[in-house]
Amino acid sequence: MHWLFVKDLQILRRSPLLVALLVVYPVALALMVGFALSSPPGKPKVAVYDEVSPGRGRISLGNQRIDISSYARVLYQSIEPIKVNSRAEAIAKVRSGQALAALIIPQDIASQVQSLVTTGVGSPTVELILNSSNPLERQYVQQAISVRINQVEQVVSKQVLRIAISDLQRVLNGGTINVAGQNVHLLGLRVSRSIVEGGAAALPPGSPLRPALRQVASFARLAIAGLGFASPVLQSIGTPLTVQQTQLAGRTTPTDSYAVTIAVIVSLMLVTLLLSAGMLALERSEHTYSRLVRGLVTPGGLLSEKIALAAGCAGIVALVMTALVSTFVHLDWTRFELWIVALAFAGLAFGALGVAIGALAREVSAASLMALLVSLPVAFVALVPSDAVSSGVKTLLDVVAFVFPFKAALAAASNAFTGASPGMLGPVLHLVALTVLFAVLARVAIRRFA
Amino acid sequence: MSTTAPTGDSLATLAARSLTKRFGSRTALRGVSFELRAQEIVAVIGPNGAGKTTLLSILAGILPPTEGELTRSPREVGWVPQQPALYSKLSVAQNLELFARLENLPDPDAAVARMLDETGLGGRADDEVGRLSAGNRQRVNIAIGLLVEPPVLLLDEPSASLDPRQRERLWEFIGDLAARGTAVAFSTHNVAEAERYATRVLVLVDGELLFSGTPGQLEQAVGGDPRDLEAAFVRFLHDRGH
Repeated sequence: MHWLFVKDLQILRRSPLLVALLVVYPVALALMVGFALSSPPGKPKVAVYDEVSPGRGRISLGNQRIDISSYARVLYQSIEPIKVNSRAEAIAKVRSGQALAALIIPQDIASQVQSLVTTGVGSPTVELILNSSNPLERQYVQQAISVRINQVEQVVSKQVLRIAISDLQRVLNGGTINVAGQNVHLLGLRVSRSIVEGGAAALPPGSPLRPALRQVASFARLAIAGLGFASPVLQSIGTPLTVQQTQLAGRTTPTDSYAVTIAVIVSLMLVTLLLSAGMLALERSEHTYSRLVRGLVTPGGLLSEKIALAAGCAGIVALVMTALVSTFVHLDWTRFELWIVALAFAGLAFGALGVAIGALAREVSAASLMALLVSLPVAFVALVPSDAVSSGVKTLLDVVAFVFPFKAALAAASNAFTGASPGMLGPVLHLVALTVLFAVLARVAIRRFA
Repeated sequence: MSTTAPTGDSLATLAARSLTKRFGSRTALRGVSFELRAQEIVAVIGPNGAGKTTLLSILAGILPPTEGELTRSPREVGWVPQQPALYSKLSVAQNLELFARLENLPDPDAAVARMLDETGLGGRADDEVGRLSAGNRQRVNIAIGLLVEPPVLLLDEPSASLDPRQRERLWEFIGDLAARGTAVAFSTHNVAEAERYATRVLVLVDGELLFSGTPGQLEQAVGGDPRDLEAAFVRFLHDRGH
């Protein structure tokens, strides 16, 4: 066994391109994942043509004036604006690819908003021109701008509500407003009611004005009560719903760490499958299998050697990759021994799957192709969110994910890296069972080697 | 499969007794018995599908017989498969060393040096096997079969991929081995080669051993005046309905 191991390492040493690919691929993947997770997302370039002249973007609400254009700052948090001087220039920027989209703010946007907030009529509209050649870019820009426009809408509506509430308070309690540069004192409903009630009480008992003043006082009382409720109601419209989150069980894996775990396990799977399937199939392609099993090595021993070789090599590569990524994303180094346990058991399970593939394929290129064809759907199936598909498909995907090692490997590594639920025992036992299952399958299939 | 020690009343280096091999409902070998003696070069000839490779595979220990027994264990038999069973990414010396170590030879380095010397590959010891000519690959293939200095050497179609000059060298080498006491058995489609180099031929047809004797005896067995062993072989098969 020892000499077979040495032989396989000698073969790998004499195949520098293959080894370079097997090492460079996961390391490059690790660096890409690391940079992607540690870098802020890029902003799409958007050509912005603002038709509103400076100082013309104001609307009046009650006795206050709001500058609508100041809210453009919120929008610019999500995009990299390229300011242009005409609609045609904006469209040209999109056509030439210098901008992914063009945003046209019409000249009358302020009056549109003014009309909406004062009369309830109208629908203020800005124009978004997208480059339709790339649907993914289109969706990216749409989402970036839509999210920020929603935020602008919320900010504006909150401002309108704040002013409306303030005006209501003045109607209720009185105060000072500025009309055409002149401060004007408002009496307010409460004071008005007191004055009316006082006036009515001062009238002679038989005065015909008394009933009329009492009606005015009664209306004022009802209006005060009604408008008193209006303020908290209007305030609540600004934030109608609050979501309170409660974590029921255990620690969860942070998103960044989970992405790292996926990258590590995908790399471990690819390297292990390709090595174990390829190195086993090589024994048949080189016609050495028959020579080996005539008393020098048992078929089971040969399979064990290939599984151990692939798991060992891929485990080391995955460990290096994990260490590299941990410079970008926090992983719990105090659990290092558990990293090794998780990667070792995952490697053995993938190795067993690999030798089963190698034994079935019986030829190096077919085994490599089959390993790739198996690994990608296996990873995909394990990563599909359970609620994203119908219950029938979910059951099918669960079964497929259960009989291949990816999901269990992901759970074990996720726990090892961050201590996330579930614990390691269940996934590790699952991996052991799959290792035995695929090793037995390989032992049966290898009979056709001779 | 059972193996028994060579009997004292026989000069056989290897004896096969009533070997039968079935693959499902198909019988590939039917009660084949014969002996190999020291210094003999025995050719196993027969039409395609006669069971030649199956017979050698059983003698080499790659396939177990369904019935029958052999007098030597596979580890005592040198095996040279038709396709060179070598690691093409390793050097000649690394291939020899690997199998020497897997055979648990007491001095692997000495065994490697000896085989490099015997096969004349000393100058190519560090060359990658994948870069060698077909003839040199076959020499390495044979060298691995001879690492344990076996009393019996089995070769499956040993000259199939060689040019005439490489074939000549191969048979010289095998002749030297036999002269030093090794019993050699080889399968071949090339009856002329069997006539030229074999001291005895075994004619295998549909898994049955129909003839065992010298090439001259086969020519006599068919009567008349066959031009050569190939003509005698064809007439032999024809007379038996093949």
